[in-house]
Amino acid sequence: MAILEVRGLSKSFGGLEVLRDISFNVEKGSVVAIIGPSGSGKSTLLRCINQLERVSGGTVSVCGSELITEYKNGKPVYAPAETLRAIRLNIGLVFQNFNLFPHMSVMRNITEAPMCVLKKSRSEAEKTAMELLKKMGLEQKANAYPCELSGGQQQRVSIARALALNPELLFFDEPTSALDPELTGEILKVIRELAKEKMTMVIVTHEMAFARSVADRVIFMDGGVIIEEGPPEQVFGNTQNERTKQFLQRYDNGTAE
Amino acid sequence: MNWEEILQCTRVIASYLLPTLKVFGFTLIFSIPLGMIVALLKMHGFKPLRWLLNVYILIMRGTPLMLQIITIYYAIPMMKVSDSGFFQKLFANVDTRSDNYLFTALITAFALNYAAYFAEIFRGGIESIPKGQYEAAAALGMTKIQTFFRVILPQVIKRIVPASSNEIITLVKDTSLASVIAYAEIFRKAREQMVTYSSLIPLFVAGVFYFVMNALLTMLFSAVEKKLNYYR
Repeated sequence: MAILEVRGLSKSFGGLEVLRDISFNVEKGSVVAIIGPSGSGKSTLLRCINQLERVSGGTVSVCGSELITEYKNGKPVYAPAETLRAIRLNIGLVFQNFNLFPHMSVMRNITEAPMCVLKKSRSEAEKTAMELLKKMGLEQKANAYPCELSGGQQQRVSIARALALNPELLFFDEPTSALDPELTGEILKVIRELAKEKMTMVIVTHEMAFARSVADRVIFMDGGVIIEEGPPEQVFGNTQNERTKQFLQRYDNGTAE
Repeated sequence: MNWEEILQCTRVIASYLLPTLKVFGFTLIFSIPLGMIVALLKMHGFKPLRWLLNVYILIMRGTPLMLQIITIYYAIPMMKVSDSGFFQKLFANVDTRSDNYLFTALITAFALNYAAYFAEIFRGGIESIPKGQYEAAAALGMTKIQTFFRVILPQVIKRIVPASSNEIITLVKDTSLASVIAYAEIFRKAREQMVTYSSLIPLFVAGVFYFVMNALLTMLFSAVEKKLNYYR
């Protein structure tokens, strides 16, 4: 069953087309890695699906709910607010820069949305948060503030924060790009564990080896279009596409774009 | 002046501390929320309104507060005198000689003036919050109102404490401008005593009052800053 269906999605900023005719599915329990050079539209794609940007064309369906109901004069008409909210709560988003709330403790960062959005009780929200923190290996840090944590720890808190809403689908927008290599490993480990638990995930990443080992499907994007999509063995091991080859070669040579 | 007289003069000035504090307090009560509303409307309101608010801020910050106090205080009496009928009818029930009218005019002028300054401080504070904070809150399903009050505003408050404390300390001293429309407060009384005793000491005493008030405020604000320092 496809949890996420994207059909012919396009996005323009002014006259600049950053996404063109993007179509793909994400099956429940699968991990999709999106790779590609900087500026290829990977992040924008996630942001369009998560309503942080308005799409210019195409449709998106999350857990069977349509994000856009119709087009009027070429302009998208979004679903009613309640549907949009439900769609949003089905998707957790982990940012490159963590975007934790600096004035809240680690615990409150995680319990804030369950309490004020899902109207859970404090004790219930804190119980869930504590379980998530344990899973992230951060139960000692519940009362710390984000500024007291390392980048890797902050990112793990932000993953816990996203998971606290119990989403069907988790988006990672370059989750390790702001971290040094040493800290990158701890985030990748967490994502690997989530993959083992059959969490559905879409990961935009520059970590090619990681994408290859953790993803069920890999999407290679360049210039706002999907150049190639397939299982990692195909995209990484046996691509027939010249552009993909060229991109991956640069990674092998250590000169990532 | 002998010590007896200085003590007597200090007592008189002290008895007008409350009117000074009233101007200070009421100005803050009205100008801070008004400044917040102006800041938000200036950022999110429709174009003509934004333009209007820019003009308002330009005038309030660009002309002396003393001029504004006098203008607002005399506006209604002048209109009543100059107009043939309309304003006379409109303001028929306004007793422009009452203490109530004087105080209302005074607070209106102070609040409008300080709201303009606060609005710019708040706007700067709000605009300094990274976009990622709004996006994180949105991705977590928080509404715009929840985002503002739970995520943005607490961070804005921390950032604007230093600039606001500047304004608030200036306000303590600016209350002396109320004397220009014969509002009886510390400064006006000090000047009266200065004439009575032909001495500068009453002014010096008034100065001590302002100084002590601001010393207390300074301590208060550094305590607040310290308290908000639990995160960066």
